[in-house]
Amino acid sequence: MIYAYTIAQVLVACAAGLACVVLGLAGRRPNDLTLGALVLVELLLIAQLVIALIAPGLGNHASGSVPEFYVYLISALLIPPLAIFWGLIERTRWSTVVLGVAAFAIAVMVFRMEQIWSVQLA
Amino acid sequence: MSDNEAQVAERPTRRGAGVGRVLVAVYAILAIAATGRSVFQIIDRFGEAPVAFTLSAFSGVVYIVATIALGARLRRLAWITISIELAGVLIVGSLSLLAPAVLGLHSIDPFGRDSTVWSAFGAGYLLIPLVLPVLGLLYLRRSGPVAVAASGDDAAADPVAKL
Repeated sequence: MIYAYTIAQVLVACAAGLACVVLGLAGRRPNDLTLGALVLVELLLIAQLVIALIAPGLGNHASGSVPEFYVYLISALLIPPLAIFWGLIERTRWSTVVLGVAAFAIAVMVFRMEQIWSVQLA
Repeated sequence: MSDNEAQVAERPTRRGAGVGRVLVAVYAILAIAATGRSVFQIIDRFGEAPVAFTLSAFSGVVYIVATIALGARLRRLAWITISIELAGVLIVGSLSLLAPAVLGLHSIDPFGRDSTVWSAFGAGYLLIPLVLPVLGLLYLRRSGPVAVAASGDDAAADPVAKL
């Protein structure tokens, strides 16, 4: 993983999470802005997958557990589409909050992925 | 904004239901987290801490059932699973800090390689596993009709007492 890219992902996911939770609690239904924020989070995750696949070939090897890293990454990749799907089906303000919760979960998971990739816990 | 006004007008009934949806989403994420982690721990290193990893898997199953129960509004099942969760996080949380050897844990580090969702009261998951069942029980008590809530209360008290 690339540390700066991890930080960028965490910041974007937190910003998306905060925006969605605030807008949701303010009564907004899922809209282009909030759904788009989750699409952005997902696109960054797909780029992360590409980075993770290419990095070892360029000498950026994981020092931690690679399978555990991919369990997190693949779980993370599934969450934004599920939240977006939910937001499209159930058109209430609470779906906007759900979008925010999903974005915060991604922020935490990306942070954990960085730890798993680069820190030895054993 | 007429949308919003309509929603505000309906608030007393809609609000409880809406919060419930958010609860379902948080439960779903925790279910993925707990199950994913335990599956990996069991495949990768079951021998290191069999008791802790079995508990990890058990907690994953409990979160999955609780998610379904809340989502499908199966109130009795929700009461039972969320009560088990609360008991689990309190018992396993206490044991992991006071007597980690009972669980076969090598350290009390909530981020350690043999920690579970419930270790150290869920500190590795921002204490969400400790807060969530309390919120879940409050939601169940508040959301249902009084009669249903009262009978549900009794149903929930039993499994806790038996544990």
